Amino acid sequence: MQLFVDGIFLGSIYALFAIGFTLVFGILDRLNLAHAAVFSAGALVGIEVVTRFGLSIWVAIPIVFALGALLGVLIERIAFRPLAGRHDAHFAGLISSIALGAIILSVLQALYGADTRRFPAEAFPSTRLEFLGATFSLLQLMILVISVTLMVVLTWVVAKSKLGRGMRTIAENPHAAAVLGLNVGRISSMTFAISSALGAVAGVLFTLNVNAANLGIGHAVELKALAVIILGGLGSLPGALIGGLILGLAEVYAVNTVGSSWRDMVAFGLLFLVLIIRPQGIFGARKVREV
Amino acid sequence: MSAKHLSAVAGGSLLLLALAACSTTAPAPSGEAEAGGLVGSGSGAECSIESEIPIGAAFSLTGAAAQYGSSQKNALEMAVDDLNEVGGVTYSLTVEDDATDPQQAIQVFDGFISDGASIIVGPTLSNTAKQTNPVAQEASVPVLGVSNTAAGITEIGDYIFRDSLTEDAVIPQTVAAAVEKFDLEKVVVMYSNDDAFTESGYQAFAAALEEEGVEVTETLTFSKTDTDFRALLDKAKQSSPDALVVSALVEAAVPLVTQAREIGIDAPIIGGNGFNSPALIKGAGEAAEGVIVGAAWNSASENEQNVAFIEAYTERFDVAPDQFAAQAYAGMQIIDEAVRANCSGEREDIKAGLGEITDVPTVLGEVSINENRDAEHEALVQVVEGDKFAILD
Repeated sequence: MQLFVDGIFLGSIYALFAIGFTLVFGILDRLNLAHAAVFSAGALVGIEVVTRFGLSIWVAIPIVFALGALLGVLIERIAFRPLAGRHDAHFAGLISSIALGAIILSVLQALYGADTRRFPAEAFPSTRLEFLGATFSLLQLMILVISVTLMVVLTWVVAKSKLGRGMRTIAENPHAAAVLGLNVGRISSMTFAISSALGAVAGVLFTLNVNAANLGIGHAVELKALAVIILGGLGSLPGALIGGLILGLAEVYAVNTVGSSWRDMVAFGLLFLVLIIRPQGIFGARKVREV
Repeated sequence: MSAKHLSAVAGGSLLLLALAACSTTAPAPSGEAEAGGLVGSGSGAECSIESEIPIGAAFSLTGAAAQYGSSQKNALEMAVDDLNEVGGVTYSLTVEDDATDPQQAIQVFDGFISDGASIIVGPTLSNTAKQTNPVAQEASVPVLGVSNTAAGITEIGDYIFRDSLTEDAVIPQTVAAAVEKFDLEKVVVMYSNDDAFTESGYQAFAAALEEEGVEVTETLTFSKTDTDFRALLDKAKQSSPDALVVSALVEAAVPLVTQAREIGIDAPIIGGNGFNSPALIKGAGEAAEGVIVGAAWNSASENEQNVAFIEAYTERFDVAPDQFAAQAYAGMQIIDEAVRANCSGEREDIKAGLGEITDVPTVLGEVSINENRDAEHEALVQVVEGDKFAILD
């Protein structure tokens, strides 16, 4: 039971990262590789706000959320919008977002150095809970709840709200969207803002959970999150959640049955297996383009 | 035409003269030595050498490793002053900045070699040493590293020595002390297997545990970029080990230690060199209490020389010395011993003397130099107690 619980909570971290990631990747069809840098920025700025100004974590999270949203808008404006007219906009944006991510990380390094930092021990109550013989922390439970809630809320937003309809229209055909009178720029900005705000808050929760933050934490999770998105099905928010949980469980069971050295091989092997059986991912719908 | 020819000849001979001038400056000290300059009479404490023995030191006074280099420089200058007061043998020390840059360090080494330094101390970082030491080896000038701990430094050649303990030397002593203190019977070993430094630390731990007859119930590996260790730790917890033995860099050490305590592993955690950092205590806070790690030096050591050294250093420089300072100071003590053994400041004689160093009392304790030209001395096994490294007893 402890294994199952460990796997679920590990997976909910991957899901948290993947949900923000896939909002842009899966729905706007842009791969924003600066997302990892935003994740690190959220963690480090959160730590700064809590340690330097002595604010409570509950005040820090909205600050980090706002910062993430701001970064998202900047990423969209700097790395993606100027390239929107190019025929290779997808790849060009991918590369320019790597560059922007590197710039964000350099700024963070100049501000906070390369050392590993953490939130003060008392920043979050270290309450331990027990469920069917397995123990976990209040924080881990909270992360799982947040992931599930986000998935539900965002799925609704994308499917039903005006913003969501705009997003989907733009992804399908930006020119048609503009012709239809949609403000393409504003909707893209909003999507990036939501995505990055979630990424930054994910960084804070991740850091609280593992008690360590440094410049590289975003990249460590990024690859796993990409795998989770592919596994769950591109653009599917429930897929990102379920994919995250599956990867978390696979890793934990790999460690305990096959051996810790084989963890990544087993986890990523499983990913391939799923994709062979179901190339569109667990929740993915095969896109049919009609001419 | 002929005038041109003449000037070419004149230019050529000028160049030759200049070259000759260069080459005469280089062997000057040894020429002096033949006249009784660097070779003295008597031996050991009675040794008396007429000329000053030139010592070159290359430390990182600027650049990334600057904080280490400055305490090395302070300690070495203090050691030279102390030794010159003893009488009989006097040293003249030149400290140059390698700027934490191997290229600059090579230039500094070249300078020392051509200026006739009897021995070169440094450089600060192992990375730099790997590039500078072959230069000295080529020129047959002895080098004493006082802070390099990477593998493969003394293998560069028979002129390369060091007084800084390697991880291979510290770990067996750490394990032995922990086994005795806690009656360890079975442990779980964890290490990151994608980093050369932590992997070699693991090898040393595995060998030491076998030597001590401790059962390893589980060996768990992780990646140096990992931050969530709960799954591994839950697995470790199942075999209820007497201790966790961990070889990891400090970036992984901090979350690993805090998560171990969080899921309720209260057993002692024995760490490799990556744990020997104030960053562990700063990062892990209360969770770091009880972490055991070996080190070459600790300020709490009760060695008489060390107590006097700390007091004198603190008085002179207004800051407490660190391990880098202690190892630099001890380095000069070892050089003095090597010089006095043959009562000579000649490069070859110092090299021979360094090879014979056995149980020389220094601020690090009694230091010997083994057949691999590496230092051997008692390591200090530390335990984190009340936010600092105390000595495990």
